[in-house]
Amino acid sequence: MIEAKDLHVRFNPGTPIENHALKGLSLTIPEGQFVTVIGSNGAGKSTFLNMLSGELIPDSGSVTIDNEDVTGWPTARRAGLCARVFQDPMAGTCEMLTIEENLALAAARGHRRGLRSAVRNELRAEFRERISVLGLGLENRLTDKMGLLSGGQRQAVSLVMATLNPMKILLLDEHTAALDPKTAAFVMELTDRIVGEKQLTTLMVTHSMRQALDHGHRTVMLHAGNVVLDVEGEERRGMKVEDLLHMFEKVRGEEVDDDSLILG
Amino acid sequence: MKDGAVRRAAPPLFGNSPVSLIAFLGAVEIGLLFGLVALGVFISFRILNFPDLTVDGSLPLGAGVAATCIVGGWNPYLGTLLAFFAGCAAGLVTAWLNVKLKILHLLASILTMIALFSINLRVMGRPNIALLGEDTVFTPFEGLGLPFYWMNPLVLLVVVILAKIALDRFLLSEVGLAMRATGANQRMARAQGINTGRMTLMGIALSNGLVAFAGALFAQLQGGADITMGVGVIVIGLAAVILGEAVMSTRTIILATIACVVGSIIYRLFVSLALNADFIGLQAQDLKLITAVLVVAAMTLPGMRRKLRIKKITAGQGVRK
Repeated sequence: MIEAKDLHVRFNPGTPIENHALKGLSLTIPEGQFVTVIGSNGAGKSTFLNMLSGELIPDSGSVTIDNEDVTGWPTARRAGLCARVFQDPMAGTCEMLTIEENLALAAARGHRRGLRSAVRNELRAEFRERISVLGLGLENRLTDKMGLLSGGQRQAVSLVMATLNPMKILLLDEHTAALDPKTAAFVMELTDRIVGEKQLTTLMVTHSMRQALDHGHRTVMLHAGNVVLDVEGEERRGMKVEDLLHMFEKVRGEEVDDDSLILG
Repeated sequence: MKDGAVRRAAPPLFGNSPVSLIAFLGAVEIGLLFGLVALGVFISFRILNFPDLTVDGSLPLGAGVAATCIVGGWNPYLGTLLAFFAGCAAGLVTAWLNVKLKILHLLASILTMIALFSINLRVMGRPNIALLGEDTVFTPFEGLGLPFYWMNPLVLLVVVILAKIALDRFLLSEVGLAMRATGANQRMARAQGINTGRMTLMGIALSNGLVAFAGALFAQLQGGADITMGVGVIVIGLAAVILGEAVMSTRTIILATIACVVGSIIYRLFVSLALNADFIGLQAQDLKLITAVLVVAAMTLPGMRRKLRIKKITAGQGVRK
């Protein structure tokens, strides 16, 4: 279970560009739940995700994973608990390294790294099996440099990397936003398959209301650094994008002017 | 070069070559030695993406530590090992300034380099130490029947090959891969649970350890350590790395480390040729200038070749820019 309690963070405090990015955000995610998070630009989606992964430490509040307080843990220490897929396909993988070396990096996540060979034969067999699931033929290109792959292929590999080892929560940071619609649909389908198979506790940040409602068990909307909407179960099943928009306007008491939220 | 007098009398390498056999082997010898420096520079500049100038101080540090030990009657092998660890310590200081105190990497390395000048004077107690007549790590090989100008390069060849294999093994290990990821993509490395600060500390320490080790061997080859022997070492190391990349593929780690050593030897041969070809009129004092020119050439020639090719293609198609 993931528990975020009363998170506050200010960027550039005491300066004219001070930004109170999170204002007492609280969210509890039970084990095995797939939560989609939506919100306009500057709502605090990325800040919240970075706080769960350890890239940012809150000014106040706490993050607990299975009752262990991890609030002050740096990213590397938390990596055994949190796996992450980045928005930018370039960010989640090393283009200078081969596909199998990237996978080997992920295979050591949560373990102590030693002086034994990083890409071992038994690992290579596992990589081949896991990567063949993608249906991209990459299992025969394991020694190719990652930089040779397209953005969609890299995101698919990133997803395999993130789910190679057990974790407490999978963080997906708008991981289809940089892809063309067809590739994005493929990566989303892959996400549903992997998350469903392993019953992974997942938090997916997205910019698209459509995506937020079509995938996962629960949808949370952030605005100005707080949760303004939290729906799941029956209520969510019957919901359409227009309903979500309507509720959003009602809660906020203002017109939605971010086109990408409506059109996405 | 130490064998200037001998060189004139020695037979030419081939035909009317301006380079004698001894000068040629001498160049290979120094090339191999600086191959170790190039491997160190490869770790900092290429693996960790950390422009580290500490090596200008850690080479004389290694030389000074080894020479002081040897003159003090210690075992030369122990002195050489200590030199390696002294270099590691110097590298740790640079990396620590950067990782913990957040000083810009380039500046951090310059600060350590400057500080090392004083430290080296303290270690040696004077600006230079002669090792003439002392037992060195090369002494046991003298009795094996080969003349020194064959034996020393051979010994160095074995040392460099061993260092290269050990470095390859390390860089292909789990920790080594984590280090390569740290240099390539810090954010991704952290997300994979890699302590990037620790990797930088370890890598820069290893890099400077290698360079100090080279310094220790250099002092024992040259017959002494000198406080000024580190000037421009970083440029020579970088020249070797860049030349290596220019002449061969560096697709895998194993190839990339070979390229460092090959680049270093090529560099020395160029320098030797330039200094020995009387018609050019260059002399020993022009060494640093030649180095700088060579680095500029190695860095720009691959790009110019591409430009020429594009020009050819566009000219062939009659396409105007």
